[in-house]
Amino acid sequence: MKEETGVPQEMNEQGVATGGPHGGGSGTAAHGAGHHEHQIELSWWRHYVFSTDHKVIGIQYMITSLLVALFGFGLMVVMRWQLSFPGKPVPVIGPLLTAVFGANLAPGGVMTPNLYNSFGAIHGTMMIFMAIVPALFAGFGNFVVPLQLGAPDMAFPRLNMASFWSFFVGVVIMLGSFLVPGGAAKSGWTSYPPLADIADTGMGFEPILNGQTLWLIGMAFNITGSLLGSINIIATIIQLRAPGLQWMRLPVFVWSELVTAFLLLLAFPPLESAAIMQLMDRLFGTSFFSPDGLIIGGRHWPASGGGSALLWQHLFWFLGHPEVYVQILPTMGIVGEVFANNTRKPLWSYKIFVYSLLSIGFLSMVVWAHHMYMTGMGQSITTFFQIFTTVISMPSVLLGTVLLLSLWGGSIRLPTPMLFALAWLPMFGIGGLTGLPLGWTPSDMVLHDTYYVIGHFHYMMAPASIMGLFAGLYYWFPKATGRMMNDFWGKVHFWMTIIFFNGVFFPMLIQGFNGVHRRWYDGGAGWQMAQPVLWLNQVMSVSAWILALGQIPFIINFFWSIWRGKKVTSDNPWQATTLEWATPTPPGHGNFLHPVAVYRGPYEYSAPGAARDFLPQWEQEESRVAEPKLSSV
Amino acid sequence: MELEIPYTVTARPDTGSYNAKIGIWLFLASEVMLFGGFFSAYIFLRMGATHWPHHLLNVPMGLFNTFVLITSSITMVMAWTALKMRQFQSYRRWLAATLVCGVVFLGIKSMEYKDKFHHYGVILNNGQEITGHLEMTPAEAMKSSTLRILPDAEDAGSFGYQLRSIFGRPAAGEEKVLEIPKSDIQWWSNFTPRYSTYLATYFTMTGLHGLHIIGGLLVLGFFWGPGAKLYRTNPEHLANRVEVAGLFWHFVDLVWIFLFPTLYLL
Repeated sequence: MKEETGVPQEMNEQGVATGGPHGGGSGTAAHGAGHHEHQIELSWWRHYVFSTDHKVIGIQYMITSLLVALFGFGLMVVMRWQLSFPGKPVPVIGPLLTAVFGANLAPGGVMTPNLYNSFGAIHGTMMIFMAIVPALFAGFGNFVVPLQLGAPDMAFPRLNMASFWSFFVGVVIMLGSFLVPGGAAKSGWTSYPPLADIADTGMGFEPILNGQTLWLIGMAFNITGSLLGSINIIATIIQLRAPGLQWMRLPVFVWSELVTAFLLLLAFPPLESAAIMQLMDRLFGTSFFSPDGLIIGGRHWPASGGGSALLWQHLFWFLGHPEVYVQILPTMGIVGEVFANNTRKPLWSYKIFVYSLLSIGFLSMVVWAHHMYMTGMGQSITTFFQIFTTVISMPSVLLGTVLLLSLWGGSIRLPTPMLFALAWLPMFGIGGLTGLPLGWTPSDMVLHDTYYVIGHFHYMMAPASIMGLFAGLYYWFPKATGRMMNDFWGKVHFWMTIIFFNGVFFPMLIQGFNGVHRRWYDGGAGWQMAQPVLWLNQVMSVSAWILALGQIPFIINFFWSIWRGKKVTSDNPWQATTLEWATPTPPGHGNFLHPVAVYRGPYEYSAPGAARDFLPQWEQEESRVAEPKLSSV
Repeated sequence: MELEIPYTVTARPDTGSYNAKIGIWLFLASEVMLFGGFFSAYIFLRMGATHWPHHLLNVPMGLFNTFVLITSSITMVMAWTALKMRQFQSYRRWLAATLVCGVVFLGIKSMEYKDKFHHYGVILNNGQEITGHLEMTPAEAMKSSTLRILPDAEDAGSFGYQLRSIFGRPAAGEEKVLEIPKSDIQWWSNFTPRYSTYLATYFTMTGLHGLHIIGGLLVLGFFWGPGAKLYRTNPEHLANRVEVAGLFWHFVDLVWIFLFPTLYLL
């Protein structure tokens, strides 16, 4: 065995020692540099807060969305208490709930149905739109994509700053909506009308400062932010590729970001138009989404006629389904990067990987109505969407296959990012395969609106996406900070996460088969019929709480490593081939010390006859002279 | 001070574009989807509607506005061309003409809005709908137990009648002022968005389009005034910016070309 077996932190400086003839482009500069010769001195505010540097913005996105994820996870932890022990006061934080939300929503620390619904709606909204997507797409996208392209920054740095702050305002509005009279939105993350049209209106609610209206306004800011971000990412990828970085030499992460950006660019605006229409319904009394003849509370709702609740569902899911892929595609890219790096061999088929990404991107725009089989859309429409839902599983399976086969014959290292990447594969598999029964109407009729659906999409969005998120965090952490995260505590974090994630979500599939409804607050009559599986509620809740504890090693490790972690001894600690490792560590404003050029594809690992087992993209010629094996292993 | 980003002014050879041009086309693609959402909603709602009103809007005014916007697109291109030929004074004149066209458009649009807010509809208990103008102030109408309303003329939907109505209310025909007791009325209102789904669609779509016009005017106004200083240091960069702003302006124009037949004629 060569040096692959070594723990990454202890890797030698081989990458540095053999910088290659084209030394100019390699990252052999002084370590911990960050002091670009042309580096611009900026005030503290411009440097850390209103920064236009893509790396700072990426980190801002990442930190904001990790905090939001923690908050959203916290909401779910409280909801799990209600599901396990219905009607009992929440321990520890019960008094806090009463203090913050008032005796109406949380009397004596007990969750009321309204509070439960608020938590559910905001958990979904925040986790999807303000945690996972910003972290994966915008956080990693901003930090990594320009580096992998060999670009000095994004194409529009100031637009980039605007996009982050727009997103941030959206987060603040969404969080602030808990504090208005009546509490945050209660109509689910999907905000289905007519419920969402009439929720939070009437006695005791402000005309604009109410939960559902603030949800719409917060989403409008969030949509604006991701729109600007996606324009920026696409323009950067098209325009700022380094010389020689042809399309088929792009790292797979860049490809995944490109496809994701197109999905955000084209799928989000229809939701924005739907949000505007719902605002009109709520503020100006129109009835885009309220059908005529609606009776609410025994009273005829004064709708002006002809609206359609189904219209909202179409517009919402036109975004909502691509959004699922927005969450999973970047992790495919991350996992691809980590796999190639840690198997020390090229991806099994780069081309299949890229074309699968592209076809998933295209197909995800024509499957949205598979969320709506139960609305009575009609047989022919349902058939269309069943066909394309089945078709989109093919590129997804191809992607999984490419990754699985990439392991074959590799000399696999197992640092923390690789563990997370490896675990991504089965999580993605379970999430995908449990989706097939929901894609066909006969089985969907049985499983619709049960916990099975919750289990299915969480496997995609929580275990799979978050495995990818952590893989990326552990993988790129040394580039961002110049220090490694602790590998032992990383592994503890990994095992806690993977075991208890499954403890939370697998029982949901079982409960779903027993017909437990996904939205009920304390079960009611439905729970009477599901007695044999109710004990699983405790299993899931305890798993969720231990999962929360399992994140503590990560949080401590993260902050400890920023200041106290083991310093990297090379700009390329993982001995990787892509361009982000050619920069100084951490990269200064402007990224590269010298102009870079690209001479080969992204994953030239273990090339026959080469002296080292990796050929960086930025090195013009590989020395064929065998070098003495290093004694460190 | 600012970091140099490649291809902000010159085109990248293999893509043939500078950055902002790629950016604006992507932005316009998303705008197509935004307005596409509204147009789909329009089709969806209209297909499901039992009744869809016609001839509520003033076609001559909308037609005139269409010509105003098309003219502004022409002057926009002329402004950019002048800048490319480095004729600064000519550039500012053409851009000023564009701004004037935009303001005229908004002025006419607000007149149309005002007309709608003074136009009333009454739905009787038997479902019959009467549209017309109040012969009393809205405040009186709120208090009174009867509604005095002059119904619209038979030919109120015709082009000639609408043209005449712009310059003052046409001479009354056979219509007489109706006095309707409120006990016979199911619902009455002026033509606000909540009056019907059609008017909701109309106000939402044209309102959003109007916001785009205002946004465009702000950007073009900036390039006419303070932004034009860039001409002294980097005229090509200014030309690029004006081209990008112009592409947006043409798009807003194009949206109106779809909105006009959809809402006024069909």
